[in-house]
Amino acid sequence: MSGAEFVPLSLTPILIGIFTAVACALPGNFLVLRKQALIGDAISHVVLPGIVVAFLVTGTVAAWPMMVGAAVAAVVAVVLIEAIRRLGRIETGAAMGVVFTSMFAGGVLLLERSDTSTVHLDVEHALMGNLESLIWLDADGWHSLLDPVALAGLPPELPRIFVTMVAVAVLIWVFWRPLKISTFDEGFAQGVGIRTGALGMALVIVSAVAAVAAFDAVGSIIVIAMFICPPAAARLMTNRLEMQVAWSVVFAVISAVLGYVFAGYGPLWFGGVNAVSAAGMIATTSGVILLVTVLFGPCRSRTGAPSEG
Amino acid sequence: MLVDALTLQLGYNATLVAVGAALLGISAGVTGTFLFLRKRALVADAISHATLPGVGLAFIVMVALGGDGRNLVGLMLGSAASAWIGLLCVQAIVRRTRLAEDSAIGAVLSVFFGFGIVLLTVIQTMSSGRQAGLDGLLLGSTAGMLRQDAIVIAVGGALTLALVMLLRRPMTLVAFDAEYARSIGVEPARVDMMTMGLVLAVTVVGLKIVGLILIVALLIIPPVTARFWTERSERVVAYAAVIGGVSGFVGAAISASAPALPTGPIIVLTCFTLFVASLFLAPRRGVLAAYLHHRQFQQRVHVRQGLLALAQQQPVYEPLTIRLLARDGLARRDGVPTDAGRARAARALRDEHRWQIVQTLPEYEAVSGLYDGLRDIETVLTADQIAQIDGIIGGPREMPA
Repeated sequence: MSGAEFVPLSLTPILIGIFTAVACALPGNFLVLRKQALIGDAISHVVLPGIVVAFLVTGTVAAWPMMVGAAVAAVVAVVLIEAIRRLGRIETGAAMGVVFTSMFAGGVLLLERSDTSTVHLDVEHALMGNLESLIWLDADGWHSLLDPVALAGLPPELPRIFVTMVAVAVLIWVFWRPLKISTFDEGFAQGVGIRTGALGMALVIVSAVAAVAAFDAVGSIIVIAMFICPPAAARLMTNRLEMQVAWSVVFAVISAVLGYVFAGYGPLWFGGVNAVSAAGMIATTSGVILLVTVLFGPCRSRTGAPSEG
Repeated sequence: MLVDALTLQLGYNATLVAVGAALLGISAGVTGTFLFLRKRALVADAISHATLPGVGLAFIVMVALGGDGRNLVGLMLGSAASAWIGLLCVQAIVRRTRLAEDSAIGAVLSVFFGFGIVLLTVIQTMSSGRQAGLDGLLLGSTAGMLRQDAIVIAVGGALTLALVMLLRRPMTLVAFDAEYARSIGVEPARVDMMTMGLVLAVTVVGLKIVGLILIVALLIIPPVTARFWTERSERVVAYAAVIGGVSGFVGAAISASAPALPTGPIIVLTCFTLFVASLFLAPRRGVLAAYLHHRQFQQRVHVRQGLLALAQQQPVYEPLTIRLLARDGLARRDGVPTDAGRARAARALRDEHRWQIVQTLPEYEAVSGLYDGLRDIETVLTADQIAQIDGIIGGPREMPA
């Protein structure tokens, strides 16, 4: 495949897929270790009412109001979960289930009741995203990467998710030690003066930001998959956190690239003519990777812990 | 229009759907209670999302065999099969690896759903791919439902409910005391599988009404809501059934009463409304009750402390205390005690002395633990015991100046 075809049509979706996957997988490592993996699930559900309300308020589908709306919805959800958990003395899982399903239902209802026929805003879009449509029409080959005129025509999702990924990576790098300590031994972390409550909240917020930025480009299903599958697979590969994060990035990138390629070209190999959902395929690929590590990962069993009888 | 819907006047299909939704809600409420008590509420989320690839495959197979891809029974069978596989995956991951259950749930949920989306896009491109009927399964849609589908839902709801009723006892047993259950020959693992089977049945029946994304709400919200109203397990089950049934029925009716009111979200929001009402209004566990209880406790403490201060002739400055004392006619607005106030204050001080003696006597060790500054000593000691303590205190003494 020539650069003239690849660069405009496939390069940007693949890059966006990779950046999204990495931005979600990085905080996902800590969420998986802290047994908070389903936060990603909850956040990606509650984002829907956020963007719908943002659309109703501003009347456009511009990116920034949507992201603000989504972020506000995520914060509202976290606060609600915490409030219900404390006020009602209900375990976290159930409180989460109450909040995110209800907020999602509210979002769907708002969407159905409001006139969104003129804009591209529907539930399927929210779930599946539109990775395939994020093409770079101004490019006509590899040399466009150095051409400022063509670069100006990049889909805006690309720089946005890239900045998000870098920000997430930098934050995790800066807070590496406290994050690591408080993830493995919260009591000790408190003992050495780390504010574990604030740190845990910050982790959730960073995850929410990553989810919201990714959501815009690729839909919620990929977000949930990337929060959990690459870190979970990486967890089965190694006992060291540094290596786990590295593996998770590798798995995230592989999922994004292979998933996109399978979605775009896989059907052709089987005699089909149309591409299938890239978001779905990326999630599926990450699942296959997880399956392989579950079956063959070197550190897959609980060491030292008694097996469940 | 809404009244018509609630009284089942909107035609045969709408009636069947409303009845089916009510039955589904009851089954979901009961099944969900056992999930909730086992603290496994979110496993249902994995199960429900895992139905999607089965739906897609069933559609493709049915079309390939030359049938109508939207046959509801076929889709339900397909979804049940893939949801079961999803459940087995969750359990295999938890049992065979060191990943926690939440990671397993999230992984299965997203991967199965992602694969389902892939299949949906495949169906979209198939020549006979009128997949309008499949989109409805994501969020539930009962508008324009076929007569036979409505019958399937009503019958499915009734069957699920019957199964729930049959399995209720062993599930309660395992939820509360798995060890005891095992000792009398009820294998917890098997009962857990049955519970999951019921979750699966609820999900499959609910596909068309509530949709696979939101069905988990019907399994989680009713038991959580019911828990506010009672501490007894069989009542939680019963209340959850009522809450689920009412949500299903009212939600389906509201949805049928006007266009652009999708059934699934309406049912879930009806349920959520009941939840919010319970969160605030439930007796004892509700927020309002807790606040009132807190207020009452605060007032008792303030009155007690105020009385002790009056008894020792210390001035009371704290405004709330003065207000409370004045309200009860124990003191004037300027903090000077009334006669009744003086009597109560003396009694409070005497009780305080008695408690102090009680705490020094080894034979009252158990009782002295009950001291919280508020409890009347008459409620924990007999008249004889109090007389003995009064003997230790001795007769009236000069008040310390």
